[in-house]
Amino acid sequence: MSSQVGPLFKREFLGYFRSPVAYVFLVVFLVFSVALAFSRFGGFFQSDIAGLDTYFVFYPWLFLFLVPAVGMRLWSEEKRSGTVELLFTLPITTLEGVLGKFLAGWAFLTLAILLSFPMAITIGYLGSPDWGVVAATYAGAILMAGGYLGVCSLTSALTKNQVISFVISVLVCAALLFLGLSSFTNFLEGFLPVPVADAVSNFSFMTHFDAFRKGIVDLKDVVFFLSLIGFTLFLNVVALEG
Amino acid sequence: MIEVRGLVKAYGAKRAVDGVSFKVRRGDILGFLGPNGAGKSTTMKMITGFLRPDAGAALVDNIDVAADPVAVKRRLGYLPESSPAYPEMTVEEFLGFVAEVRGFRSAAARRTQVDRAVGLTHLGAVRRQSIETLSKGYKQRVGFAQALLHDPPALVLDEPTDGLDPNQKNEVRGLIQKMAVEKAVILSTHILEEVEAICNRVIIISRGRIVADETPAQLQARQPGARLDAIFHTLTQSDQ
Repeated sequence: MSSQVGPLFKREFLGYFRSPVAYVFLVVFLVFSVALAFSRFGGFFQSDIAGLDTYFVFYPWLFLFLVPAVGMRLWSEEKRSGTVELLFTLPITTLEGVLGKFLAGWAFLTLAILLSFPMAITIGYLGSPDWGVVAATYAGAILMAGGYLGVCSLTSALTKNQVISFVISVLVCAALLFLGLSSFTNFLEGFLPVPVADAVSNFSFMTHFDAFRKGIVDLKDVVFFLSLIGFTLFLNVVALEG
Repeated sequence: MIEVRGLVKAYGAKRAVDGVSFKVRRGDILGFLGPNGAGKSTTMKMITGFLRPDAGAALVDNIDVAADPVAVKRRLGYLPESSPAYPEMTVEEFLGFVAEVRGFRSAAARRTQVDRAVGLTHLGAVRRQSIETLSKGYKQRVGFAQALLHDPPALVLDEPTDGLDPNQKNEVRGLIQKMAVEKAVILSTHILEEVEAICNRVIIISRGRIVADETPAQLQARQPGARLDAIFHTLTQSDQ
């Protein structure tokens, strides 16, 4: 079955570069993320630390808008233009279609993240960073991108309108993000027992990404992102077959 | 080759397809006629496995679509209505993609299939053009090329001549006739002359039910001397 994912992945991934969208996205993503790190909110230089924490701290917020921009068209566009009928009358299963598209989008986001490598070169030039922490942070960012994209791929399968798809994606991702904010957790602890509030905040991107940023690669964080991806893609298949 | 048994598909309270049954053998060109919304496209979508029927079954080469959709899709060539394709791809890229998914994995095998389909549908002049820049007639031919690419034993064509000029229509009809010798073909159309010109069997469908299933000559014999559209009108009156 995996043999059919290859051609679908290839078409979808190359498809990003057949239109200007990919280049616009890459430029916007890199300019914004770097500008935030250098801004007074990021304090890349002021922190006086040879690390990328001031760069990656904004990733959950950037992804909130940029991943839905990549994911909104995954299925909406196929549905609107009718190519979904072409795709699913080719000899592929729904799962192969979902995997091919998702993996292509994820690979594209991974490319965007890795293109921030000049930041890593910069800290290597300016000081002696802990490369283990840097590598863990990159791995965490890529996993988190997959989690966001899983959500967006699912919402995109629910509508043929890309704007609606974008808005719903942002809302769902925002919910998954805010669950982990300490102010929100404190608010929950005001009326929920602490273990319940903790459990709720455990569903947040933030909680799990923070560990990677500190250089900790914990199995439970990896499992969180992978199972979020698995769960959203399963629902994605259900939504397309329903 | 293609067999349909008591297909039913409902959208809400409305039965779009209501107990449709027929068989198409190799060498047959079946013309599928009916007013807009009569259930032609819905029936075709159930045969190709894009929609799941609420009741009944569709079989291709004795394989039930519901049981093994991928095996059926391998044996079918399908031209969906208004021939959708990825607009940003060139004709060659698009057909190459379809060939790859259809199992032609080596570059040489892919090239052979694409060249054959491009030759059959006369797309040579535009093969390096992106699909969004093509005229409607060329887009339709790209859809055709995609359906023929793997030389399938059964073809399902939803309005293959829609939007073409008279010359292109004749060309497409010629192509269908040439291919039908060893294939089973179902085509839907609004054009009654088309049925007379190339089909050896006609099914008229109205409000999801078959109201006529015969040869074009038998259809004509229902009202000798009358024009085909008058006969069509009588048969589909309940749909007005």
